[in-house]
Amino acid sequence: MPFDPSILFVQFVSGLSRAMILFLMASGLTLVFGVMNVINFAHGAFYMIGAYMAFTLTQYLTGPLGFWVTLLIAPTIVCIVGGIVEVTLLRRIYKKEHLLQILLTYALIFVFNDLIKIIWGVDLRIVNLPKSLQGFVRFFGHRFPVYYFFIIGVGTAVAILLWLLLKKTRFGKVLRASAEHRDMVGLLGYNVGGLFTLVFVLATWLGGLSGAVIAPTVRLSLGMGMEIIIQCFIVVIVGGLGNIWGALLGALIAGQVYAFGILILPNFAMAFLFILAAVIIIFRPYGLLGKAA
Amino acid sequence: MDIGRAKRGATERSNTEKWLWGGISCLALIAIPFVLEKGFSQYDLYLVIKILVFALFAMSFNLVLGYGGMMSFGHAAFFGVGAYCFSLLLVRASCPLVLAFLAAPFAAAIVGLIIGYFSVKIKGVFYFATITLSFAQLVYILAFKWRSFTFGDDGIQGIPVPAFISTDVSYIPYYFFALVITLICIYVLWKISKSPFGMMLMSLRENPERAAFIGIKVERYRLIAFVISAFFSGVAGVLYALLETSIAPEILYWSMSGDVILMGLLGGMTLFLGPALGAAIMVFLNSFITSYTEYWGLFLGTTLILIVLFFPKGLGGLAVEKYRTWVKGKKK
Repeated sequence: MPFDPSILFVQFVSGLSRAMILFLMASGLTLVFGVMNVINFAHGAFYMIGAYMAFTLTQYLTGPLGFWVTLLIAPTIVCIVGGIVEVTLLRRIYKKEHLLQILLTYALIFVFNDLIKIIWGVDLRIVNLPKSLQGFVRFFGHRFPVYYFFIIGVGTAVAILLWLLLKKTRFGKVLRASAEHRDMVGLLGYNVGGLFTLVFVLATWLGGLSGAVIAPTVRLSLGMGMEIIIQCFIVVIVGGLGNIWGALLGALIAGQVYAFGILILPNFAMAFLFILAAVIIIFRPYGLLGKAA
Repeated sequence: MDIGRAKRGATERSNTEKWLWGGISCLALIAIPFVLEKGFSQYDLYLVIKILVFALFAMSFNLVLGYGGMMSFGHAAFFGVGAYCFSLLLVRASCPLVLAFLAAPFAAAIVGLIIGYFSVKIKGVFYFATITLSFAQLVYILAFKWRSFTFGDDGIQGIPVPAFISTDVSYIPYYFFALVITLICIYVLWKISKSPFGMMLMSLRENPERAAFIGIKVERYRLIAFVISAFFSGVAGVLYALLETSIAPEILYWSMSGDVILMGLLGGMTLFLGPALGAAIMVFLNSFITSYTEYWGLFLGTTLILIVLFFPKGLGGLAVEKYRTWVKGKKK
């Protein structure tokens, strides 16, 4: 079979939509680390809850706007859960060593996995695409699902909104300040505890949104949270932990590495991502855009 | 530090007391299988052997985490490589048992050397965890996808177990086999942890900068610890393969690496025997809880959250603390 160069474009687009999901996830992960200095292993669990919520909500909201409303409600429910977790659990361990923080959020994965099992069961669930997002777009003789472009659009919109939030608002300024000097911000009279809760709520909202967005393209299963979180670790490692633009860059790289890796060795596409992570940690331990601690 | 204090406590104890406890433990270990077989079932005996296997795995892991302060999230790789190397040698090459048994831990150690070589330089818990996780997942993908060599997700079935430790009729012969090997390994690990090397390792955990400052080659010590840990994890993997007589790529998966960390946390990472206690709790509880409910994760997760929040030194650490305050109270 002669090599068709347009396949590269196909892979590029699919890699881009993958990258946007990874960015939505990784931005929440990296935001929490950047501001609160906590690695949230359970971030994948919030993504999973978002996806399952989308499943349930689309069962009830069948109107033409149903899916769009779902995209707003599902993450909101997720971020309420996130707020509860922050206030009841995470708050107690900010001052403790990183190892215990990792173990606590790791333990949360088990809890959430089983809660999802109790609520939704173990059957594979499928979320239907709304009519307006079904169908294909033609480019260079290839058909691209419209939904790919929708995902890319959502990712771009979130990136722009996050940029505006961080750079142009007072909230963003305080946030960046407390990432640099938590105690100083507290001394200036800001409620750092409340700020942390807000950041965690925002991060879990992003996690829930990515889950709701990915839901129509995959079969929902209990393993999906951990699968994505490991990829997100790679993304934040590549981009630089705690840096939002690093998360974007890392996601774009990881998305393309996966998309083209699958062309070279279909069975070992994930392996390319792990090799990427290992190479980055060895040669640039703080990521492409990260600062040395 | 806690380990140091526990050790001083041990030497203070009189020699007769030592021999007494040693004797009682020996008798108990010999009696266990017969009691279990008579009063309970073969399945309980199987669980006890499983505890031995995971106790060895968790304790060799703890050399890296508890003593070395390195949060490896990839120890499933060494356990799995040990099990896979052993099983593949038997099944693919019809290699003699002794040879396969000796080769497998060295294979695990070599993989440990490669992963460790790149990892020990890495600072920061999360970075260390991610790089070890990445390497371990590579090994997993290899075992999972390289069907023509590793049998892929079918795993390796019917590992030929020699008659003298066959578990077809009774688990008792294999119990003693696993017990002897586990005890030898634990003794070596104990000697290592008490040696100047072990002390050095702990000083690296507490303050790597200062250790480097007084001329200790930090990375070399960490690498040696990593390789030793991989070696004994490999032994545990071999014992596991012989116990189950079949293995699947799941033993290389990240969740296995996670489990062994949790065993350390449950039992207490600051105690030499803590991880073994954690392994026992985990294996027993798992079998107990799953016979009542399918929501083992909910139970495990909640327990771990409580431990992290209230008893970060693990149940073993908690028991030792209580014992010490009790002894103090008696002296007064």
